[in-house]
Amino acid sequence: MVIKEPDATEALSFEEDAHVTVGPGAKLPESLWKVRLKLAWTGFKRNWRLFRENKIGLLGLFVIVLFALMALSYPVLRSVGPWQDDDVYDPVTGFSSDFQEYEVVATEADITDPTSQMDVNTAQLWCFGVVAGDVCEKTGHPAPPSEGHILGTDPLGRDIASQLTFSTRSAFLLGLIAAVVTVGVATIIGSISAFYGGWLDNFLMRLADLVLLLPLIPILIVLSGMWTITLPLLGVLIGILSGFGGTAIVLKSQALSVKVKPYIDAARVSGGTNMHLIFKHIIPNVLPLSFLFMMFTVTEAISLEATLSFFGLLNVDMSWGLMLFTSQSQGYLRTGLDFWWLLIPAGMAVTLLAAGFFFVGRAMDEVINPRLRSR
Amino acid sequence: MLKFIGRRLVQMVFLFFLFLTLVFFLLQAQPGDISSQFLDPNIPAEIRAQLIERLGLEGNVFQQWWSYMTNFVTGDLGVSLQQYPRPVIDVIAERIPRTLFLFSLATLLSYVTGFKLGKRLAWKRGGFSEHSVTISGVLLYTVFYPWFAIIMILTFASGFGWFPINGFLTPEFWRNAPYTGNEVFGQMLLSLTIGAIIMIVTLVLARRQEERRTARLVKLIGYTSALVFVAGFWILRAEMRPYARDILDHSILPIVTLALVAFAGVMLLTRGSMLETLKEDYILTAQAKGVSEKDIRDKHAARNALLPVVTSFVLGLAFIIGGGVVTETVFSWPGMGQLLLQATVAEDIPVAVGALAFVGILALVAHLVVDILYAVLDPRIRVQTGN
Repeated sequence: MVIKEPDATEALSFEEDAHVTVGPGAKLPESLWKVRLKLAWTGFKRNWRLFRENKIGLLGLFVIVLFALMALSYPVLRSVGPWQDDDVYDPVTGFSSDFQEYEVVATEADITDPTSQMDVNTAQLWCFGVVAGDVCEKTGHPAPPSEGHILGTDPLGRDIASQLTFSTRSAFLLGLIAAVVTVGVATIIGSISAFYGGWLDNFLMRLADLVLLLPLIPILIVLSGMWTITLPLLGVLIGILSGFGGTAIVLKSQALSVKVKPYIDAARVSGGTNMHLIFKHIIPNVLPLSFLFMMFTVTEAISLEATLSFFGLLNVDMSWGLMLFTSQSQGYLRTGLDFWWLLIPAGMAVTLLAAGFFFVGRAMDEVINPRLRSR
Repeated sequence: MLKFIGRRLVQMVFLFFLFLTLVFFLLQAQPGDISSQFLDPNIPAEIRAQLIERLGLEGNVFQQWWSYMTNFVTGDLGVSLQQYPRPVIDVIAERIPRTLFLFSLATLLSYVTGFKLGKRLAWKRGGFSEHSVTISGVLLYTVFYPWFAIIMILTFASGFGWFPINGFLTPEFWRNAPYTGNEVFGQMLLSLTIGAIIMIVTLVLARRQEERRTARLVKLIGYTSALVFVAGFWILRAEMRPYARDILDHSILPIVTLALVAFAGVMLLTRGSMLETLKEDYILTAQAKGVSEKDIRDKHAARNALLPVVTSFVLGLAFIIGGGVVTETVFSWPGMGQLLLQATVAEDIPVAVGALAFVGILALVAHLVVDILYAVLDPRIRVQTGN
């Protein structure tokens, strides 16, 4: 047996590149990582051309970039921008002591705009001895958008814009954790299940059926009653639950089609162990498909987090769902659009970011699945 | 066919026990011992031991697991801590019909409309209307659901005043009512169920007819008789009608909201499945033969595109049950979902876990029903499993 250079053995799996001469002591024209990088770059350019044709996908990408800029704007605005005052602009503990002018009217029935008018009885709680027609100044929270607080304040006097941008970062973080865990769990389960087959495959797939069938929201609600669920833990939980379900089943079928390829046999004949085959040959070939599921998992994770914190079940400092929970529990959400700055920004943020990732996922689906292309 | 149903049934029972085991170990995995959460730490040791024995918490995990399983099968789910001496199974039995009502009507509505719109959408691919409907469909699909429900309430209940804001009935109206809410609701469910059975029988009979004209006749007779039955049922119960009307008024908005969100998913899926079907050769053949566009769309493409949509029902099931929890909570509809959340917030663990187990049963039973329906609809499945 000839002893080969480690570089050259690795190049064996690299059949496509004609420049690579294989053999004992072969000199490679370029170092291996450069070739790999180049191949990845051409693949990326080809996929990008396909992706670019999909207008909806581009729209989704645009939305995601917008939100990423929003997430970046928070530390900038807090450290060098106009939000440097910790006592006012902290998303969790801040308090705005700006005064707001209210026009005092005779009775409650005369109020046409509750954000700038109040009746005499209420006004006397803040301004001693006012009569109808006077102006009363009070720290009115939730206050409508003003110069200092571009999106107004919440019922506790905290700046909405600062909360909104602060929460963007944690939404991305949660999505990233959930997506990485999902893909990790699903590729490993799918590959092992496809590679070994038999009772292990049967057991794992029945388990996947079960997880697929179960609604996530009720399970997470009951779990939150027993454990203190923080944001990273939630990401891991969502990742495991959604990785075990549908994603694992799809990735398993992909892994099955990889398993019967000739290069797997070739690698086995040259003495590759099972672990080597799974991790060096099957998983890298299943991975592109799993990126697609990352996008859908992010969508799921963002809306799940928002739903759970809307019910006040999570242990988070601040999130979009929690912003709505605060307004809801103080009774401001059911009064119509009078307090729109409590209702619209947070809800739209969740919807748009989730939709952005979903749009990108669908566009990627069309790149990967040729049957869906329009031509 | 019977063999197929039997096999499925066995699988379901197995899956259910797997699920129950999972739930049990979730309970065990919570931080600390379950007895340390509910028993005062200052109780003397021997009384504590007695209490633990009375609660059935002695022995190792596997003994506890065994007693949990046997108790569950005999319907003993423990006692609610919130409504103290009331057994959990009793609380759940009261809530289940309400959830089934909400859930089945919303599912039906979303699947019928979603499929109809989805197939039209795929047919008109590339147009402006297709893009705008797809984008709004995705927005509906990914919308922050509790928020959407609140917007629906703001618009249609407190805005236009068409529907009551939330709840199951109007308490003032029922003050001197001769019936309880559950009685009236039971009658509503009865009439709907019998109506639905008549419809299903009609569909099956119509499918058996060779001639297209007789099939149409059978459908006409069946549907009218179902309508006549439901109408007659309520004409005979004139005193109960205003109360039933009140419950119905309260249920419309939650059903529509849940159906709207679920509908978007079905529509997008039908569109994708239709797009794949339209690439098939037999569509081209039909076009070459000169079959009319509407016939190609409805008979050649949509029939085959329906299969993945029915399969996806399993996926949609989890989605719609999860959505049901949110809907019930936002609309204060006293069903299983609201029970689950309220029990969790109040740390009423027996009820929360019982509700979770029954949500699992609901998902599994619905899955079984879909499987059987699927086998009835598609002969290929029957042939495959018959071998």
